[in-house]
Amino acid sequence: MWIYEKKLQYPVKVSKCDPMMAKFLREQYGGADGELSAALRYLNQRYTIPDRVIGLLTDIGTEEFAHLEMIATMVYKLTKDESAREMMLAGLGAHYANHDKALFYENAAGVPWTAAYIQAKGDPIADLYEDIAAEEKARATYQWLIDMTDDVDLQDSLKFLREREVIHSLRFREAVEIIKADREQKKIF
Amino acid sequence: MDQASGQSERPQEQPQRPVAGDEAYRRQLEELQQVDFALVELNLYLDTHPTDLQALQQFNQLAQRSRHLRYDFEMRYGPMMNFGHSFSRFPWQWPETPWPWQV
Repeated sequence: MWIYEKKLQYPVKVSKCDPMMAKFLREQYGGADGELSAALRYLNQRYTIPDRVIGLLTDIGTEEFAHLEMIATMVYKLTKDESAREMMLAGLGAHYANHDKALFYENAAGVPWTAAYIQAKGDPIADLYEDIAAEEKARATYQWLIDMTDDVDLQDSLKFLREREVIHSLRFREAVEIIKADREQKKIF
Repeated sequence: MDQASGQSERPQEQPQRPVAGDEAYRRQLEELQQVDFALVELNLYLDTHPTDLQALQQFNQLAQRSRHLRYDFEMRYGPMMNFGHSFSRFPWQWPETPWPWQV
């Protein structure tokens, strides 16, 4: 069961409309290493991960949905006052023709999200290593996005998200050690 | 201050009707966001450090503080959570704006 909270995890402000930046931000919305992929990856893996790590996957998976909402808020705010022509000039003509200003689960290049982006191997070490890699890739993407804008308000929210990737990666690394330690203990006794 | 002028000033002394989405709303919301962020962070930390007593105490203290802040916020601006985790005045307040991306 999930409960919705009518608030963002961290405030999202933008200082100007910027549809081109909205276009690039979609990488973290419907891209391979984006927030949707992250949420669905962890919440799916948790059913077959050792008990010691289920809580962590549940909590990080849930937090990813809060991040997905922050990205959606950025895209929404960056495009909401733009005309069809401005969307077109920003490289969102193909998107506009199909979706108007609706959000869609696609990456920066407009490729629709696919379940093939995420893995579930059933092997806890393999799954957690994939999770660590996913967090590092998302962190790198956030850095590129920060570098692509001069909007300090937008940068502030993106920096928050970048730091969360660092923490998630750290926690997954600790989870790997917990699972390794459990295995060692089983061998001894 | 004589009584007459005191009376005429009274309407200004009344607390202003809370307006969801205004500056006071955002300030109070941010206070809650700060505490709730610390709770997320402590929660993830405790997931991999379940025997850290100090972190656990901090978690429980902040959980208490979050409840108070949330209660105050909801009394002013309406329910923050769905499915019975918040109360509502009449008429049903849940669908009222602003939604998070509209703030």
